[in-house]
Amino acid sequence: MNRLKRYGPVVAIGLLVLATAFPFYWAIVSSFTPEARLFEAPSLWPGTPVLDHYRALFTERDFWVPIRNSLVVAGTTTLFCVSLGALCAYALARLEFRFKHVILGLILAVTMFPQISIVSPLYLLLRELGLINTYPGLILPYMTFAMPLTVWLLVGFFRQLPRELEEAAMVDGASRLQAFREIILPLALPGLATTAILTFVYSWNEFLFALSFTLGPERHTVPVAIALFRGQYQVPWGEILAAAVVATLPVAVLVLLFQRRIVQGLTAGAVKG
Amino acid sequence: MVTDDRRNRGGIAARDARLAWWFVLPALGTILLVALFPLGWTLWESLHVHDLRMPWRGQPFVGLGNYAEVLADDRFWSALGHTLAFTAASVGLELGLGLILALALNRAYRGRGLVRAAVLIPWAIPTVVAALLWRFMFDSQAGIANAVAMKLGIMDEPLVWFISATAAWVPVILADVWKMTPFVTLLLLAGLQNIDASLYEAARIDGASAWQQFRHVTLPLLKPAILVALIFRTLDAFRVFDLIYVLTGGGPGTSTEPIALYTFNSLLQNLRFGYGSALSVVVFLVTFGLALVYIRWLGADLTGEGV
Repeated sequence: MNRLKRYGPVVAIGLLVLATAFPFYWAIVSSFTPEARLFEAPSLWPGTPVLDHYRALFTERDFWVPIRNSLVVAGTTTLFCVSLGALCAYALARLEFRFKHVILGLILAVTMFPQISIVSPLYLLLRELGLINTYPGLILPYMTFAMPLTVWLLVGFFRQLPRELEEAAMVDGASRLQAFREIILPLALPGLATTAILTFVYSWNEFLFALSFTLGPERHTVPVAIALFRGQYQVPWGEILAAAVVATLPVAVLVLLFQRRIVQGLTAGAVKG
Repeated sequence: MVTDDRRNRGGIAARDARLAWWFVLPALGTILLVALFPLGWTLWESLHVHDLRMPWRGQPFVGLGNYAEVLADDRFWSALGHTLAFTAASVGLELGLGLILALALNRAYRGRGLVRAAVLIPWAIPTVVAALLWRFMFDSQAGIANAVAMKLGIMDEPLVWFISATAAWVPVILADVWKMTPFVTLLLLAGLQNIDASLYEAARIDGASAWQQFRHVTLPLLKPAILVALIFRTLDAFRVFDLIYVLTGGGPGTSTEPIALYTFNSLLQNLRFGYGSALSVVVFLVTFGLALVYIRWLGADLTGEGV
């Protein structure tokens, strides 16, 4: 029993880290392995690394295009949602007005929407507006999951801020709006940053809408581009894995830089997985 | 109400309420426009025949005709079955593993940062990428999954995973467990850390064994966290799309096709918008039912005016 207590956690951590890391390790090693050797008696240790797959990715496949598309779409969605969401969340967290709880409940309900249930009307709507295969044609649908998510997370952050600060400012003659702008917003910056990161990650990773509302490689986002990689005769695994590594990098960097904050945001809001 | 009267004195409350509406409207309007309005439209579509391949047929009203077709559709029932089986298997494994890991991590004082980073990355990467990593490992007869399984003596011969209706589920479920267990672990770990350590001390003084402490202190106090994890994962697993689209494409044949993928195919492959919308509504109703249960259980904690 004592031994279990002492070594159990260490073993668990070791296994966990190993199990999580291995698929990444394998993908990275393989992305530097020549195509011909990829399925030849897999060896856990890399041979001489080659850069062919990465070169092909950025020259023949123009992988810059999906990266640019993803940055534009995820970035704009995040900007929109965090700025509008912050106003909404502040009101929901701090102000008293009718139907407040109905609105909160509604927003929580929308965070649980299955995306597939609105693909058909969004497709018809975007087609009608001529927005299929355009940036707005992705940003608009992305609001469906990003907006409720940001509002929900930010309500949690605003509630954590002490009420006394803005009350003190208002006693000193500041209006509610001034108190919000000058006291609350600066204090909420860490929360806003966390929310922005999570919204960006969700938008960067989104697949169903991007697959449904784009037509060609010129507007494909990173996940769609990778999923639709085709070779002439066989699956181009080397390039796919190189692309997977490239697509993972920005997310991995964000997570490593902001891990503490992200865990707080996730467990406080307990938002979707 | 008494409280309202008190606030109204001085008019601050009225001004606050007006400001509140200005603040809420842009975001709320967006949500109504891009989420609720389309949902109503789906419902409308589902009551019509609307085939984009045959625009000359228009969109005749058929009442519940599409739903009758859904109920008589074998492919729908098997897709629903696949979805439920996938949900049960992956969520069950994730909760079990997540609980064990959270208990172990809760005791560990060193290496927390490393663990947090290690578990967050699979959660944060695109599902498409996770699916491709697992597809690659299981892809060829000479792939690493076959090599490892044979080395461990689990199999004698390499298997072609993706042509077998049963074996194809193995990478699907493994990939989901790999990607989502971290999320469950984090939620449960947060729950564990909220449990007052003095409770364990009291239990120990009363002579409770480790198992009794787990059974009578940890589990009851962890229940809310377990429920949150359970519901979020269930809702999420029920709408699984990306993972299976990339890993198996629903194949071989349609033997791993989940309900979201069948709906997607009806809409954007077959362009049957009326029928696809009826399927969408069914997915929505099931999710909504699950969510209602969730709000019943936990809604008070989440939407209430917690401090």
